[in-house]
Order: sequence, then C-alpha cells, then structure tokens
Amino acid sequence: MNNAIKQVLCYVFGIVFVLAAWEFGSLALNTPAFPTPQETVPVFCRYAEALVPDFCISLHRVGFSLVVGTALGLPLGLFLGRSRKVDALFAPVLYILYPLPKIVILPILLVLFGLGGTPKIVLITLTIFFQVVMVMRDAAKAIPEPMIESVRSLGASKLDVWRHVILPATLPELFTTLRVSTAIAIAVLFFSESIAGSTGVGYFIMNSWAMVNYPRMFAGIIALAILGVLIYLFFDLCERRLTRWRRAGQRW
Amino acid sequence: MLVFDKLVVDYRTDSAGQTTMRALDGLSLELATGEAVSIIGPSGCGKSTLLRLAAGLMQPSSGTVSLDGAELKSPRSDTALILQDYGLLPWKSVFANAELGLKIAHVVAPERKARTLEALKKVGLAGFEKRYPAELSGGMQQRLALARALAMDVNLLLMDEPLSALDALMREELQDTLLDLWKSSKHSQILVTHSIEEAVFLGQRIVVMSPRPGRVLGIVDNPEMGARTYRSDDVFFERCKKVRSLLDAGVAQATEQEKGATHE
Repeated sequence: MNNAIKQVLCYVFGIVFVLAAWEFGSLALNTPAFPTPQETVPVFCRYAEALVPDFCISLHRVGFSLVVGTALGLPLGLFLGRSRKVDALFAPVLYILYPLPKIVILPILLVLFGLGGTPKIVLITLTIFFQVVMVMRDAAKAIPEPMIESVRSLGASKLDVWRHVILPATLPELFTTLRVSTAIAIAVLFFSESIAGSTGVGYFIMNSWAMVNYPRMFAGIIALAILGVLIYLFFDLCERRLTRWRRAGQRW
Repeated sequence: MLVFDKLVVDYRTDSAGQTTMRALDGLSLELATGEAVSIIGPSGCGKSTLLRLAAGLMQPSSGTVSLDGAELKSPRSDTALILQDYGLLPWKSVFANAELGLKIAHVVAPERKARTLEALKKVGLAGFEKRYPAELSGGMQQRLALARALAMDVNLLLMDEPLSALDALMREELQDTLLDLWKSSKHSQILVTHSIEEAVFLGQRIVVMSPRPGRVLGIVDNPEMGARTYRSDDVFFERCKKVRSLLDAGVAQATEQEKGATHE
C-alpha cells in the first residue's frame, strides 16, 4: 500500500478512536460540561472562522518559542555534554532551575512585558530551552568515544567532529525532546493565555467557560488539538528527511 | 620509520588523579617504512593504548613517539585507525563513510569521488555506495573501514582487532584482503590482534607483549609471510608455536610475580 494513503488511514483511525471515546465518555457522564461530539463538532465548524485569528496567534507563540528555545538550548546542551569542565560547573545551575516550573515566573514576566504576546513567548521559550538543554546534554555524553576517536584519527578538527559526529549522532534525541517539549509548551501556552491577555486559543477556551458555553469551549479544545497535530506532523516530516539512516537495515 | 621510545602511560583511575594504573611500562619498538607488524598479548596489556599513541590521539606520560624523525603530537591525515566497532558513522552512506577522510583533508570533489569509488572497488564494495552501514554484514563493514583508509592513500595503517567480531571464514577472507592490500599499496601497518594465526599470517614481525603493565616480551621474525598459501606451510605452524610459548611464558611470569607480591 502507498505510504501516504496508509498514513491518512491511520489518522482517520485516530480521529474515529478519539471521537468514539469522547462520545462514550460524554454519554456516561451525562453533564452539560461535557457535551457529545455531535453537539460540539457543528459548533466548532460555526466558530472555525472566528477561531482563526486566535489560532494563528497561538501557533505563532508556540512555533516561535520552539525555534528560539531550540536555537539556544541545542548548542548549549551539546556543549555541556562534550565539555566535562564546563559541565561540572554548570550542572548544579541546571539541576536547580530545571525542575522549577517556569510558570512561577509568569507574574514577573507580566510586570516586565505587559499583557501581550511577549511574556507568553518568553515563558514557553524558557520551558523548551531547559528541556532541550537537559536532553541534548545527555545525548552528547552518550556518544561512544571510539566513534569520535576514529574520526579524529583521520586528522579531523573540532569543527569536523561536531559536523560529522556530534550533530548527526544526537539528532534523533532532538526530535524526541521536541515532541515532549511541544506537549509541555502547549500546556504552558494555555495556562499563560488563560491567565493574562485577551488573545489566543487559551483565552478563547477560558472565555467560553466563563460564558458557560461548553460547546464553544470544546471548539477551542479541538483547535488546540489541531495545533499540536500540525506541529507533530512538521516534526515527522523533518525527522524523516534528516534521519533516513535510522530506518536502514530494518526489514519492516 | 615509526619509533616508540621508552613509552610510559599511566591512566588516572579516579577523578582526583590520586591512583593511577600503568598501561605501558617503558615500551620501545621500531617500525620500518612499509613494514607490517602484528602485536599480540593478553587483554589489558596496553595494545590499544599503543595504537592510540601511534595515531596521535593521546600523548605518553613519558617517552616519545616519532615518525620519520619528527615527534608525533596530533593525528595526521596519512594515518588511518581501524577499530573493531564504531569505526563507521551509521548516518553516512557507504560512499560518504569511505569519502570522509578525504573530505576532512579538503581534497577537491572530483578527485575525492574518483578515489573513493576506486577504493570501494578494491575492497569489493562497488555497487553498495548508497547503502548504509546497518545494511552491510560485519565483514562488509570492515571492508568499508578499510576503503576509507585506502581512499586516503595512507602510509600508516593501524588496526585494533579489526576482524575479531567476524566468523572464521569471513575472517580468513578478510585476512587475504588485508594481505593483498598491504602488498600492493606498501604502507606501514600495525595490527593488534588476539589471534595467534592472524598475527603470524599478517606480520613480518610479531611483537609479543606482557600482561599489564605492557612491555615487549619478545619479537618473532617472520620473513616468510606474504603468500595466501602460508597458512598451510610448516614454517607457519612453527611460528605459531613460538608465539604461543612466548605468550604462555609471559602469563606464567606475571602470575608468579603476583603471587610474590601477595606473599610480601
């Protein structure tokens, strides 16, 4: 079977599965706070157009934060992983700051940057940055030393080693951490948008809740799910292009 | 000419550097240009350390490594090191792996391509250029590592148990390949191995090392090597016996010393 068709069918299965579970849960709970898909999907279609600006704002916030967080976290994480001395110095700093939920500094960011997009972007960027630093640091440490030595023995410079070994060796871990980070990023997005400001899907959801318009609220939730799926699809596309070698030698 | 002069290597065994482990203990050895030498010894005798020194990947605690009169301070593009594992980069195609040394040496693209294809042909991997290492058998992977060295036209080939992961038949086949390549390209060669037969088949001299800390126990001259048929020659068996007796004597001596140390 064609791969593209197969993937579309898998998504159809995914949607049907989620809708069925939703329907079942809704019927079982029987509360206006949890409307069935039949009630919600038409509402979603009705609000789809109204949701577009908020959706774009939220997508921009998460997307921009992912790019900046990765651009800062990836080189730092790899560098820490490859330099024992610097790592010894900075590991405690990371261990103190990493487990701290970055959401706690939202009030400070609101004071500094106001109620617009900036505090949200800074908050999501920080979350992703720490996630990427921690995972890439371990990924860089896990590269087998003989692999680096065999390349160094060819007369490779430090730059050559980074280009031919360290970056490609840790790329699969980058995609794993980006997938995990995205889920956290969307959670932070929702939280920050619902606390402050009047834009984004998070605000749309909380606003609907305040109006006790549950179908409208679920329309927002669907939009948030679509946001996540779009980002994941993008990662899958990049990963398939950049790490083709990982599927080599697999017979299935 | 490659000269190891009174090499001592101590490894730190804790992060504070308080306790050290001596890997090499005053080892001296000379390798003539174009010579093929096999090094054999028990596990942990410092064979791999010796190769890393020869590759310029590390510096001795004392003593010197010099190549044609100049002290070796860093890796050079005329040396290739082939390891048992991890020598290949799994994310690079067969072609890109074979080409890597030339790329690092900034050889221009057309020449790089020609030399890489030529080297792949020599080791019997023509037609596999677009595959990835994971799609190759163990023997083919080591052929690929060899192709990388050949493409660079190295004058010093260092091999750290390159064939020990292969089955017996594949092993002999690759030993033949190694012999042919050494005879045709005339590079100097150091082969570290656990196999007595392999050491005798591929070395003009066989250096037998002592258990840790590594010293040279004895050197067996083996000028008759060089033909594929050598394996069934009487001289071959003679040499294997001689290497074995040296190895056994070394292990016995070390055990004796250990006993003496515990009695004190």
